[in-house]
Amino acid sequence: MSVVLVGISHHRAPIELRERAALDIERAGELARTLAGDTGEAVCLSTCNRTELYLADGSPDEAERKAEAALLALESELGPALYRLHNEAAALHLCRVAAGLDSLVPGEGEILGQVREAHRAGATGPVLDRLFRQALHAGRKVRAQTAIGESPASVSSAAAALAEQVFGDLSGREILVVGAGKVSELAVRNLVTRGANIAFVANRTAERAAELAHEFGAEPLPLDRIEEELARADVVLSSTSSPDWVLTREQVARSLPARRGRPLFLIDVAVPRDLDPSIHELDGCYLYDIDDLEAVVAETLAGRRREAERAEAIVADEAEEFVAWHVSLDVVPAIASLRARAEEIRNAELQRAKLNDAERRAAESVTAAVLNKLLHLPTIRMKQAAAAADGVIYADAVRHLFGLEDER
Amino acid sequence: MAELLFWPALLAYSEAAVAYFGETRHPGMPGRLATWGVRIGWLVQTALLAVQAARAEGFPWSTWAGSLNLFVWLVVGAYLIWGCQPRYRLLGLGVLPLAVVLFVLARLGGGTGIGTRGHYSNLFLVLHVGLVLAAFAGFTLAAALSALYLWQERRLKRREATIFRLHAPALSRLDELSARTIAIALPALTLGIAVGIVRLSDRGGGFDALMAVTVLTWAVYGSYLLLRFTAGWRGRRAAYIGLVGFLLVAVVRLALPITHFAT
Repeated sequence: MSVVLVGISHHRAPIELRERAALDIERAGELARTLAGDTGEAVCLSTCNRTELYLADGSPDEAERKAEAALLALESELGPALYRLHNEAAALHLCRVAAGLDSLVPGEGEILGQVREAHRAGATGPVLDRLFRQALHAGRKVRAQTAIGESPASVSSAAAALAEQVFGDLSGREILVVGAGKVSELAVRNLVTRGANIAFVANRTAERAAELAHEFGAEPLPLDRIEEELARADVVLSSTSSPDWVLTREQVARSLPARRGRPLFLIDVAVPRDLDPSIHELDGCYLYDIDDLEAVVAETLAGRRREAERAEAIVADEAEEFVAWHVSLDVVPAIASLRARAEEIRNAELQRAKLNDAERRAAESVTAAVLNKLLHLPTIRMKQAAAAADGVIYADAVRHLFGLEDER
Repeated sequence: MAELLFWPALLAYSEAAVAYFGETRHPGMPGRLATWGVRIGWLVQTALLAVQAARAEGFPWSTWAGSLNLFVWLVVGAYLIWGCQPRYRLLGLGVLPLAVVLFVLARLGGGTGIGTRGHYSNLFLVLHVGLVLAAFAGFTLAAALSALYLWQERRLKRREATIFRLHAPALSRLDELSARTIAIALPALTLGIAVGIVRLSDRGGGFDALMAVTVLTWAVYGSYLLLRFTAGWRGRRAAYIGLVGFLLVAVVRLALPITHFAT
């Protein structure tokens, strides 16, 4: 049974194409069941970066045609962007995908969950089940044994991760949001995901402040009252379009005695900047602007790429393990036939022998042990030969030597 | 037997110290190896101390070198409370090399052998030496936490783009743990000093320079806690006070053979 992969990804398909081929998990499951039919196996992995169909079928060409047709039915212009991989290459690809090595941001962790979901929703049998388990194992191993997913990969996540460097757990930390740009919104979401609490939202217009505060469940604040609430805030996140400083060093300095030594982390994602850079010089104040955050992200992405090299070796080992198992399937029928034939001979000879009960039990035990010992090495050797691509030759030789041809 | 236990303990601590250094270059496996080195070394040293106590039928650490042996065990034990967590592995880089050096010094001074009995009563030693050493071990750990705080704060102040390469504990957490450690160690030092004063008044004897430095150490750490809770002195200022206090701890430890153990 061959493994066939047909798909599109961010490497060759622009977002306009990918979004037309994207499926939610229910539809992906339905498509997999349709493709699998009664006897085959199929899984559809669909994320914002890829839509891939994995099939295990006795007829790989037919499976490939079915998968292509299914994808082209979703979007007829996909043709030039499609890639097709078989067996070993398909296994390696899935292991790389699960480990985040094929993602836009190397090592991103979301993909592992998406592969798990696709596996659950798919119509799997022994081959694809084993392949997806192996890929999930590869993904987990890469995350556990390398630092590929440990550092932030975007400006917004870098801001939140830096806040964690100051405060540790962000649960219950109070955030003061000033203005509301797109980057700031992403940073807010990152902070909230990590347990922080949006306490205040300040904006130039009271209406917009109230609107945003309502969205975050926070208290609206006019810009001129920021200083009053600085003592309560742990993190200040600013992104207004103001040409002047929204917060000066003097304002922050005045709030410090009331803070009683608590650190203050300030994130300025506005251009031009909102926060006086000299705030960073104050004791216990840490101010990062967009350039600082981008420098952190550039460094961490470089670090992820370095870790990706280590991850590739792990992934290759995992894929190889699957391939060894997969090719050993070729010799399984021959091994099964050989064992069945041996068992048949043993039983026949035992039937012929005139033995009492005790002698029969002893003879059964001894002959079973002899049989197992005798067949152990040929079984292992055939599996090894299968892994080295000689499996079919060995299997044929065994069938010929032991007269198993009729049992194919 | 005790002699035999010294070497595996030293080997395990040394392995941990080297592995902690390796952790700064390639985080992951070296850190795990270091943690196991600390655990194994500490368990072996515990066995060494148990053998020493059993053979001496009491508290055998009345010599300077012997007390150093016990001190190393207390410091590493205190470190083990947090040191096994991946985020605190960097702390090991400060604690373990120090532990190795002090452990070797203890050995050179004969503090890891058997049959070294002091001239103090056992009860006095257990209360005075035990409490003071436990407090000093706490202060040593607090100093390592303070040093790690200052290093991490410097990285944040310099806005180092490589800040995520080496995972250090958060500033607030380091500050809090340092204060908590001092808050636990200071009462132990207070009691240790009180027992010493009681003995001094019972047996007579002068108030020497070492006692003065010990009281000064107590005052520094007392001020640390007082300023923290009344004036909100946290963070960098608190870390500096913690390090100044540790300098005094080092002075007391180095001066011990000249005064207390010389008589």
